[in-house]
Amino acid sequence: MSLVDEFQYGLDAPICLTWELTYACNLSCVHCLSSSGRRDPRELSTAECKALIDEFERMQVFYVNIGGGEPTVRPDFWELVDYATEHHVGVKFSTNGVKITPEVARRLAGSDYVDVQISLDGATAEVNDHVRGPGSYDTAIRAMEHLADAGFENFKISVVMTRHNVGQLDEFKAIADRYNAQLRITRLRPSGRGADTWDELHPTAAQQRELYDWLVAHGENVLTGDSFFHLAGYGEGDLPGLNLCGAGRVVCLVDPVGDVYACPFAIHDTFLAGNVRDAGFTSVWRESELFTSLRSPQGGGACESCSAFDACRGGCMAAKFFTGLPLDGPDPECVRGHGELALAGVTSAPKPSLDHSHRKRKPVPVTIGMRRPPDRACDENPLAGFRN
Amino acid sequence: MSTESFDLDAGWRLDERVSIRPERFGALLYHFGTRRLSFLKSPALLTVVRSLAEHPTARAACAGAGVEPPELPRYRAALAALAASRMIQPRSL
Repeated sequence: MSLVDEFQYGLDAPICLTWELTYACNLSCVHCLSSSGRRDPRELSTAECKALIDEFERMQVFYVNIGGGEPTVRPDFWELVDYATEHHVGVKFSTNGVKITPEVARRLAGSDYVDVQISLDGATAEVNDHVRGPGSYDTAIRAMEHLADAGFENFKISVVMTRHNVGQLDEFKAIADRYNAQLRITRLRPSGRGADTWDELHPTAAQQRELYDWLVAHGENVLTGDSFFHLAGYGEGDLPGLNLCGAGRVVCLVDPVGDVYACPFAIHDTFLAGNVRDAGFTSVWRESELFTSLRSPQGGGACESCSAFDACRGGCMAAKFFTGLPLDGPDPECVRGHGELALAGVTSAPKPSLDHSHRKRKPVPVTIGMRRPPDRACDENPLAGFRN
Repeated sequence: MSTESFDLDAGWRLDERVSIRPERFGALLYHFGTRRLSFLKSPALLTVVRSLAEHPTARAACAGAGVEPPELPRYRAALAALAASRMIQPRSL
């Protein structure tokens, strides 16, 4: 059996998993896959988080991708990072950079077991801030400067590819080179608030081709989190990685309240496998009905007769689901154009089950920038009053 | 490192920053320093890798794991790939 086949049928423990520590965030990115903003009061406590890390250690999960929300705003964030690394669970955390001071950067540079991923969705402030909000470009660049000054090599710059930044790929690479960092690009998904901005932000068919050609030419030193496997359907050059959907098979998501989903882009009741508070993570991973079914052979529906099916495997489950397409049909961004045809017949798409967006803001400010959240005494935003 | 330049007659060991997780197909390896993942595609290769430090040479580790001479080139190639990704180190370092 090939490795890909082995992985299709699932492993006893995830290779890595995404752990959103909090839904609290100082930003309100218009494509946020977890619709983050406000803290969920039922968030796992420090003790519960540590117990979960103990479980990851027992299962030999090599590392966790910590995200959110903005994970660094949790008061116990560094305590949890230290606890994980002391227990042989590596940490890679995603941040908008807001807490990466020179001092924090020096501390991070001293550990083999911690990796940092700075989110940046435009190589220029104009493109970035359009999606991530005013000032977010400067915050990210400042964090990168601090990391580079501290001698942290190979931290990651994480870019979600959109219609506005595909043309900036070379510039992103130049930024990564400037800070001794590594570029990581991932696919925009119609998840969370991304469902509302997908139509405006997802790359055009021509841009997908441009992205694919760029990856084939430069892919060796660029990370993709295996997220562009739907582009493998072009079939004219090898994309790095296994090009496999690992949802519930080799990866999963644990959300701030302990709910376990098949993947970070599938925060919806349909993809909810269980909660770590009920039976523990190990039993959800190994025994949940949802994950068991994901590990059985999946039908490709109409796609099975397509010559590209062996390469793309029908694309991304979450992208199909949130655009209202059947899971055994084509990906909305199918490189053969089958997705576009199928989308034409879609009358409604599922709404995200959760929304932690900041209240009192205009819904989904896509074409205009965002306002800062109001400062109120009872503001749940943990960074109320914070100014760059 | 090319397969030809991998020295089967040198002593090797696993890098101390590498964690091994046995799987039914062999094992997963993760290097916390390079943050890279590798796969060992057979249980015998896992035995070889785990026992490198106990044998004077990589060749002896292969023999100890029951690798027959005709299979040796395949194991040498796998070890060379592991050395290239710094999962294993020459003991002289």
